Amino acid sequence: MALENEKFNEDKINEIDVNELDCRDTLTFWEKFGNIFRSKSIWMLHYCTGCGAMELPPTMTSRFDMERIGMAPMATPRQADVLLITGYLSVKTLRRIIYTYEQMQNPKYVVGFGSCTLNGGVYYDSYAVISRLDYYLPVDLYIAGCMPRPEAVMSGFKKLMNMIKKGEALGWKRYQKYYDWYKKNQVRALGEVYVKDEFHE
Amino acid sequence: MSTFLTATGLVLLAFFWQITLSGIQRKVTARIHRRVGSPWYQNFIDLFKTWSKSSISHGFIYDFGVLMALGGTIATLIFIPAGHIVVFDKLDNFFVITYLLAVGSLGMAMSAVGSGNPWASIGVMRALTQMLAYEIPYIMAVFAIIYANKTASIHAIALAQQGMGILGWNMFRMPLGVIVGFISLMGMLGKKPYDAPIAPAEIASGPLVEYGGKHLGMLMLQHEFATFVEVGLFVNLFLGGGTLLAFLIKYFIVYILATMIASVVARFKIDQLVVFYYKVPLALAFIQTAIVIFTGLG
Repeated sequence: MALENEKFNEDKINEIDVNELDCRDTLTFWEKFGNIFRSKSIWMLHYCTGCGAMELPPTMTSRFDMERIGMAPMATPRQADVLLITGYLSVKTLRRIIYTYEQMQNPKYVVGFGSCTLNGGVYYDSYAVISRLDYYLPVDLYIAGCMPRPEAVMSGFKKLMNMIKKGEALGWKRYQKYYDWYKKNQVRALGEVYVKDEFHE
Repeated sequence: MSTFLTATGLVLLAFFWQITLSGIQRKVTARIHRRVGSPWYQNFIDLFKTWSKSSISHGFIYDFGVLMALGGTIATLIFIPAGHIVVFDKLDNFFVITYLLAVGSLGMAMSAVGSGNPWASIGVMRALTQMLAYEIPYIMAVFAIIYANKTASIHAIALAQQGMGILGWNMFRMPLGVIVGFISLMGMLGKKPYDAPIAPAEIASGPLVEYGGKHLGMLMLQHEFATFVEVGLFVNLFLGGGTLLAFLIKYFIVYILATMIASVVARFKIDQLVVFYYKVPLALAFIQTAIVIFTGLG
């Protein structure tokens, strides 16, 4: 037992506060110009991982209507700008999420829904669910709640838009700069992470 | 030189008019769904955003096909007479436009297959099958018009309808033909009952599945220009063209009507679609052509 604990401590996550990571650099004129358009047209990936997906249909349809602030669902990761992690994230899903995130085109943003992505929520001690999302992917914005109501989702998206406009949503740059750290955590959780390319093999 | 300037003007007109109309179309769909909907300039923002994103390549064919699609569609566009703006007078033949429009579709098909994604192959296969389905009734209905006018020039056909007021339009001279034309137009635009090639929830937007960033932006622009060509062709052939203002008003009505129909119906499967096109519109087009040829009416 003691040996196991020791071994567990050895490959413990090197805890750093991801929000303190320095990835701010000066924005060029064209980046500032592009951010205006990026903030007003957010295409989200239609890929729902957990129970929070239940809150998206009312957000999309006539009750709350997210299209009025320029958001639309997209079918594939290549076309999308924002990846929604809606609720608990099992280890199996994490692998697919990483593949999906790496297929998206820069600039890309990640939004974590609910308490499960923050600290594990009710699944905090489960063997099959990861507890903190920002060890594995750079999260730009968390929406708190279990689950967040559509009002909270809308307000969260408005906040994300303001962050994009000001150039503060820099998760994708953080992922590029600290790729080693993220990759180490991903490998620790999953064993191996590689993108299988069946077509070119 | 003046030809060059007119052509540039026509392309710019198509750009601003059709993308504005796409925004209005989203608004109309939203109002029918009892939503507020996006602002009318949303599609401009979407386009500029896609051009500001990064983008990857899947090889030479993938890149070249996108350029071929956009270039081919712009080349088709400048043959369409918009009101009294006619870039190539007497050369705006229906057959030239039909051939050139295929360059855009084939470029897109080539590029999508070059991406190697199986959804893209399914989407392209469906798009080409759908093309085969709607083009035969459409060509049949247009043959009736060409036979009656003894010319295939789009501008000449549009001018021939302007003599007798509203009753001179082919819409009233050939009522069956206009039904066939409109059903085929819905298929060309990929509007709702006939959107099997790009079914987003079923085959992940079909040919567009691998496109992201700038490539996707260029194909969206290609789609807008192709829409201008198709609706413009319909307005000139059946609604009599007119001045630039009349052309744009007719264009608006036709496009919004197609949108309104599309926003309340569900999707056909590809086999149902082909059977439908070969049954109803083809039969109507046969009857219309027979009436025009044997009785001389229209």
